[in-house]
Amino acid sequence: MKPEDIVGEYQEKTLDLYGGYRRVVLYTDIETPYPDGKLIVSTTDKEGIITHVNKSFIEMSGYSEEELIGTPHSILRHPFMPSVAFKDLWDTVNRGEHWQGYVKNLRKDGGYYWVKATVIPNIRQGKVVSYTSVRRKPSRTKVEECMKLYPTLM
Amino acid sequence: MSYQFTISPDFSPDHISGWYIFNTWLQKQTGEAIHLEMYDHFQAQREAIKQDKVDLIYANPFDAAMLVREKGFLPVAKATGAADEAIVVVSADNSAIDIVDLKPGVRVAVTEDPDVRMMGMIMLEPADLNAGNIELMTNDTYVLVAKHVLQGKADVGIFLAEAFDDLSGIIKSKLKVLVRSQISVIHHALMIGPNFSGKRAEILGLLETMTQDEKGAGVLKSLGFDGWEKVDDEDMEFMIDLMDTLAI
Repeated sequence: MKPEDIVGEYQEKTLDLYGGYRRVVLYTDIETPYPDGKLIVSTTDKEGIITHVNKSFIEMSGYSEEELIGTPHSILRHPFMPSVAFKDLWDTVNRGEHWQGYVKNLRKDGGYYWVKATVIPNIRQGKVVSYTSVRRKPSRTKVEECMKLYPTLM
Repeated sequence: MSYQFTISPDFSPDHISGWYIFNTWLQKQTGEAIHLEMYDHFQAQREAIKQDKVDLIYANPFDAAMLVREKGFLPVAKATGAADEAIVVVSADNSAIDIVDLKPGVRVAVTEDPDVRMMGMIMLEPADLNAGNIELMTNDTYVLVAKHVLQGKADVGIFLAEAFDDLSGIIKSKLKVLVRSQISVIHHALMIGPNFSGKRAEILGLLETMTQDEKGAGVLKSLGFDGWEKVDDEDMEFMIDLMDTLAI
């Protein structure tokens, strides 16, 4: 992330990501509300590299399609999110099951947005070939519950 | 031997004759005997599919997974540019201006249309509403959904966007749209069953060139379609995966 892309005052943190990656992120307190009626859709390969995004994904993340395709999905990882949530996600989908949870995502401009995310393995001819994630507008009550719960899981 | 063709029971009543005209055209073009069977309810249609009576179907996206994964159907085409979208409305004098203004216990008028109902329920989630804390009122048509909201018998109505847009101006002026989905990738599709799948490529070719002759263009007009576009296996798998994520 580049300081010139950030809107507003920001903090810096280094994240240890799934797969042994480290990433320095810059983040602010500015929330972008989830747009009514839209779904954010993306597909990754088995290693979590983005292979497809829809228009809503581009709009909400603030990145261009070119910046997103070929990048690890953890580009959206916000420091507020506990690692255990993503471990649970990967453990669940690697078993061939659906994962659902509430996620605070990081935008390119350092802001954030909350989503209700569902991730499913894409099974073709009996084999998992990729993963699709669909995000929808979360209930505010659930988001507030997660705002209390997640710091206890760090 | 005659093949059976059927249409998702949520078809627009304005286009019933269009589907009979389309079937006559399709029989002439393919040289096959095809019987068009209209079912009034999804349950009756699913029973026919279960008993392997259906060979060609213009299917609701909600049924696509079952058709592909359990019955070996293959996608053929969809109406050009078409997508199923849902709208959530209240009466114009309702104080709610946002979905989050709706409270548990609201009476929600819907039709049996399964994909629209699912999209509508997803749009109610931000208000912490779900099937367990609302009263669902199922109606036969979208006109009845509108009527129940206007008469105060229901607080909320869930519509197929196309059906809402087709309501008269007077009715629409008495309703307030709280949210309209912009999903874009959920759509009905023409799908072909295993006994008829040898004709898949031929039928697709006929559909893709329908706009090029006068007769075909007339048939399309009677269906209310601009044309047909190919749906390949991966397009259909993607939509089924998407429906899977939304169903939970």
